[in-house]
Amino acid sequence: MTDKRIATRDGFGEAIVELGMENPDIFVIDADLGKSCKTGAFLKQLPQQYVDVGIAEQNAAGVAAGLATCGKIPFVVTYAAFASMRMCEQIRQEACYTRQNVKIIGCHGGFTPAFDGGSHQAVEDMGIMSSIPNMKVIMPADYVSAKALVRAAAAEPGPVYLRFTRDAMPVLYEEGTKFEIGKAVQLRDGGDVAILANGDTVHLALTAAQTLAGQGIEARVLDMHTVKPLDAEAVRRCAEEIGRIITVEDHNVINGLGSAVCCVTAELGRGVVRRIGIPDCFGMSAPYTRLMELNGITSARIVETAHALLK
Amino acid sequence: MKPEVTAAQLREHAREIRRAAVTMIHEAGSGHPGGSLSAADLIAALYFKEMRLDPNNPKWPDRDRFVLSKGHVCPAQYAALAALGYFPEETLHTLRREGSILQGHPDMKRCPGIDVSTGSLGQGLSVAAGMALAGKRDGKDYRVFCIVGDGEADEGQIWEAIMFANAQKLDNLIVIIDSNGLQIDGRCDDIIPHLDLEKKLAAFGFETWDIDGNDMDQILQALDEIRVSTSGKPKFINARTVKGKGVSYMENNAGWHGKAPNEEEYAIAMRDLEGAEQA
Repeated sequence: MTDKRIATRDGFGEAIVELGMENPDIFVIDADLGKSCKTGAFLKQLPQQYVDVGIAEQNAAGVAAGLATCGKIPFVVTYAAFASMRMCEQIRQEACYTRQNVKIIGCHGGFTPAFDGGSHQAVEDMGIMSSIPNMKVIMPADYVSAKALVRAAAAEPGPVYLRFTRDAMPVLYEEGTKFEIGKAVQLRDGGDVAILANGDTVHLALTAAQTLAGQGIEARVLDMHTVKPLDAEAVRRCAEEIGRIITVEDHNVINGLGSAVCCVTAELGRGVVRRIGIPDCFGMSAPYTRLMELNGITSARIVETAHALLK
Repeated sequence: MKPEVTAAQLREHAREIRRAAVTMIHEAGSGHPGGSLSAADLIAALYFKEMRLDPNNPKWPDRDRFVLSKGHVCPAQYAALAALGYFPEETLHTLRREGSILQGHPDMKRCPGIDVSTGSLGQGLSVAAGMALAGKRDGKDYRVFCIVGDGEADEGQIWEAIMFANAQKLDNLIVIIDSNGLQIDGRCDDIIPHLDLEKKLAAFGFETWDIDGNDMDQILQALDEIRVSTSGKPKFINARTVKGKGVSYMENNAGWHGKAPNEEEYAIAMRDLEGAEQA
């Protein structure tokens, strides 16, 4: 973890321009939220590969599918709440059922549009997207991995949902670090407890692991950037080698990372899991850190949960 | 585009499409005859004359695209594709069967000649617009034809796509509404009246035509005018049709939206669709 802080949405905004420069088939489809979702540079530099459909997300998904049938690689960009729900059935029929090369960008995922309130805070988007056959679901933990995973998504045939967040977050990785869709990254090893996190909560997991280390408890920390397909092998190793697993996410504990990990451990019949995340409720207008605190998504809670598991 | 094909020949193709569609639905025991019959003349004109296609190369990048947004009337499309040689005509007997390329709604991953899967109403026109946009951006001269149901025009996404087509000046997009006046629950006018679709679409920035969509001469005239139009606008045909056209007891009967004819009904349908042209 470094002192540098950049939002993952900025990683997307930079990577998509690079990709668009390299490949004229890369398209951006905006739905009137380009400024927030960081597609401004793309529009400026690659207007021929850009289209704004206005406030019409359902049409955005369909237009993207039409472009994809003609060999384009469209990235549909809006807030996670609208990306996963307003255009959900369009994604299902025209991107997933048809296995089209459409990428869906859900910006401002989880509680990060904090002051906008519950209407804008997507707490269920990754669960919804994970339920659709052929869809892959990714949430990068920092700016560097965001850039790399946008690139990986562009190279991956078929539909991919990528979730980014609004606020500047610590940069965790060295530039040039390699990421593979479906392959967790081990940030730290330890034999007492495993902390499996994604997105903005990965740095909370690292902070918790440091605190725990000071207390003589060694934690393995995994960045589970891909929720689907989940790195079941990494989860299996945690269950069998450590046995105590904490999942952390800025998403409903139902149908997010925690649920996915529980499915693996339940089928193995190994490991005890504690899920930290949004306890099946909506958000509200409040500072982002306050919302995380109110829902128990903090490094202190991770530390506390680790102690409880080790009792 | 096959300029040599005559209206009489197309009427015969439409009759064959109707016979095949009703036969397929009868054999399958389920399907949507009403709309398949109302759209048969439009489908015949597009597939056997107007569109630039190569059945031996279904994914030819320069082909005209066809999007059946009202995907449930795919038996009519399947009949046209088989007659053109996209797949053997025997395959028509497998509609809706396990493992068939002829799914209950068109599936581009299984069936050659299907440019995009449809079925959930309201979505096909957006996809067609995306195809038209790709053509514009790539400097290609293919056109995209999209048939939408009038009941389907209840869906808000249809109007999103219409506004988008105007915004992007998609003059290579031809939207045809199969205005048969009926939807599952009854008359469109009793459920969600669409008022004057031609005026509406003109107000939305389209160049428009209002025709009898079961009259081959009127269909061909509209398509001829569209082909040479220099308006720069997306095109719209309000095709006034009869649901169930050609089968006496199905005509204008909402009950035949999604029901298969039994043996007796099938025999009557085949008699109705015999020999003489259905004009």
